[in-house]
Amino acid sequence: MNDKIYKAILFVTALIMPIVCGGIVYALVTDAYEAFEHFGFFKFLTSSEWSYTEGAEQYGALPFITGTLMTTLLALIFCIPFSLPVALFVGEYFKGTKIAAVLSTVTDLLAGIPSIIYGLWGFYTLRPIIMALNISPQGSGILTASLVLAIMIVPYAASLSTEFIKMVPNDLKEGAYSLGATRAEVIRKIIFPVAGSGIFSSYILAIGRALGETMTVTMLIGNTNNIPDSITSTGNSMASIIANQFGEADGLRLSSLIAIGLILFLITAVINMIGKMIIKRARIS
Amino acid sequence: MTHLKIKKRLAQDKLMLWTVCLLATLTAVPLIAILGEVFFRGYDQLTWSFFTEPTPTAYKAMKAIEAGEPIPGGIANGIIGTMIMLGMAVVFAVPIGILCGAFLAENDKNRFAKTVSFLTDLLQGTPSVIIGIITYIWVVVPMKGYSAIAGSIALFIMMLPLIIRSTEETLKILPASLKEAGLALGGNKARVMLKVQLPAAFGGIFTGVLLAISRVIGETAPLMFTALGCSLIRISIDKPISAVPLLIWEFFNDPNLQDLIWGASLFLLLFVLSLNILAKYFAKKWNQ
Amino acid sequence: MESVKTPILEFKNTCVSYTKQTMAVKYVSAAIERNTITAIMGPSGCGKSTLLRAANLMHNLYQNIQVNGEILLNGENILAMEPIDVRRRVGMVFQRPAPFPTMSIYDNVLSGFTLNGINLSKSEKDATVERCLKNVALWDEVKDVLNKKGTFLSGGQQQRLCIARALAMKPDVLLMDEPTSALDPIATKHIEELLLELQKEVTILIVTHNMGQARRISSKSMFMYLGELVEYDYTENMFTNPKDERTKAYLTGKMG
Repeated sequence: MNDKIYKAILFVTALIMPIVCGGIVYALVTDAYEAFEHFGFFKFLTSSEWSYTEGAEQYGALPFITGTLMTTLLALIFCIPFSLPVALFVGEYFKGTKIAAVLSTVTDLLAGIPSIIYGLWGFYTLRPIIMALNISPQGSGILTASLVLAIMIVPYAASLSTEFIKMVPNDLKEGAYSLGATRAEVIRKIIFPVAGSGIFSSYILAIGRALGETMTVTMLIGNTNNIPDSITSTGNSMASIIANQFGEADGLRLSSLIAIGLILFLITAVINMIGKMIIKRARIS
Repeated sequence: MTHLKIKKRLAQDKLMLWTVCLLATLTAVPLIAILGEVFFRGYDQLTWSFFTEPTPTAYKAMKAIEAGEPIPGGIANGIIGTMIMLGMAVVFAVPIGILCGAFLAENDKNRFAKTVSFLTDLLQGTPSVIIGIITYIWVVVPMKGYSAIAGSIALFIMMLPLIIRSTEETLKILPASLKEAGLALGGNKARVMLKVQLPAAFGGIFTGVLLAISRVIGETAPLMFTALGCSLIRISIDKPISAVPLLIWEFFNDPNLQDLIWGASLFLLLFVLSLNILAKYFAKKWNQ
Repeated sequence: MESVKTPILEFKNTCVSYTKQTMAVKYVSAAIERNTITAIMGPSGCGKSTLLRAANLMHNLYQNIQVNGEILLNGENILAMEPIDVRRRVGMVFQRPAPFPTMSIYDNVLSGFTLNGINLSKSEKDATVERCLKNVALWDEVKDVLNKKGTFLSGGQQQRLCIARALAMKPDVLLMDEPTSALDPIATKHIEELLLELQKEVTILIVTHNMGQARRISSKSMFMYLGELVEYDYTENMFTNPKDERTKAYLTGKMG
């Protein structure tokens, strides 16, 4: 086989990526078209009606966009106080030791647990606790979903942050120590500024994961189609409304669900792109 | 004055250390809690028949509950369905993924390669529920029905970017001298790739494949719209089929079958985590 | 005159070990005189950098390193003192210039204060920056670009900035670990001239690979070999009339 044929084979195989990705966008756009045409793109985004009474069908994505943003943001807030310490533990305080290896195995395993099992745990363990604490009467809702979501994204944020914290040159750290800084001061004033954009990007990518997380949220968010008015109320995310209703939907409702899928796809893609861009810059400098 | 300040700074330093240790250790709590709960609620369900019998109907389960007996049946239909779909996905995703990875490793500068690389990232970040929608539109609608084929295509699309990335990254960290030595001996590029580079990269690619499998084996959402589920043991690829995570979802939603949740979850969890540990072990061994 | 000079830094039976079996520095005793430049020479791996770093308690950052004996700063044993306190009084300049990349030139000079949580007034800050940059002969070159990042400077300038950063804390002793080995000959010459000026203000202990450098700038020299202090004498004496065979072999290029 000569080099030309070899190159051609690689090229043709690689074509699968543009075909698949192009196909995804094409299929989502064509199948979402009906909903956008019927309600108007902007109206669809801003309407909070979701009713499938025949003849008076009304679908809008706002409750689910709100639900997704709320769960993701809360999950991020809960995730930072744990993922940052994990990253400092593994990448700075106990860098290269056995105990750090144990902790990074723990987070790797957390990342490996299927989301449906997180959902079960949230439903059977966390939900009763939330109910017992009188935080919300039904136990499920935005808060419950976000708490479990936070645990799920800790490994992603932590492993990338660790990588950037480890990359801070020893020269800089020793330079700071030689001026009389404590370790806490070196971390705050040297490591965080130097690794800052990398750490930031790890949270962007964690957001990217949380946005599309389906089963856990579906099992815990309470599945109501209204705009959640507090963090303890129930709701639905874009992914969970799809998981809940896709199987039974047809016609305009199916198209509306696909339209929500398209919006979710676009938001995730943009967030991931921003994250990757910051990572690339952080790696170069 | 300065002495007092030093004491304060040292106290802050200690406080930071202990806070970091405490919070970092706390992240192990959910892992232990989840493993513990699934294990203690599920281990007594893992009998022989659990792996050999299909899911009981809701009626049968109800009867058993009324009679105070354990629910009959198991998750054999799910295990077989998972194996069939995963097998088909792996058979296609591994060679295609390796070739794409090789393409990216060999052309890192041209515009098409950059596009492919970008799209790989895009696909890897796409939520699995969207992959489910897409496969439904592409496969289920034209075939006029849910099927194992549709399910395996969804799994294939999810595995592809993972295998591409691990292949590309492994090939890129091989020493350039290896490729050059092969070419200097008169091998053409294809030969060198096949006989020198890919064998040298085997460990890394294999680890990547294991991780890709462990990542998709627990996926539920994309299978709900594609494989649908089925309570019979089926060995066909054009009909609805079950999978272990689909069964867990089914048990979760059916009050009569809830006793089966933990056995199925324990099985899935053990499988996924051992794949993870195995992959880590291979990666370590290969790195030495 | 000689007797009036009390040692500012004194090693007393100082030992440094990385593992229980092997010692990197063995029972070194030497007194360093105030306002002099003392060079530490020796082949790679002789323990000269290790000894120097011990005087700044750098070993405290790494759990496996043990230091025994005494190191006295103005008569106080620093091994029994708080590292962050010691390090403010003993400055250190490393082999590779490493200004903090997220800080401007101005902030780099003041980084010791920032890191130690000491607040200065604007005028104190300006005065310190000007004094230190003038001390290292960098003021004229950078006075218009003080807000630029330190990493934009040339290697030699960066190293001078790092010296300025250490001087800002007004240390009693300045430790330098092969500060010119990453620099070109011209930048090296600048730094050497600078050190000869600086010894009026600060006592300098410098590890160097470069015998010519030791001869040009130091008044006293140590020669270390395999962790031992073989010879410690006035530089002139050592170069003209080494007492130990090993010193002679090193100085004549038969070793390391």
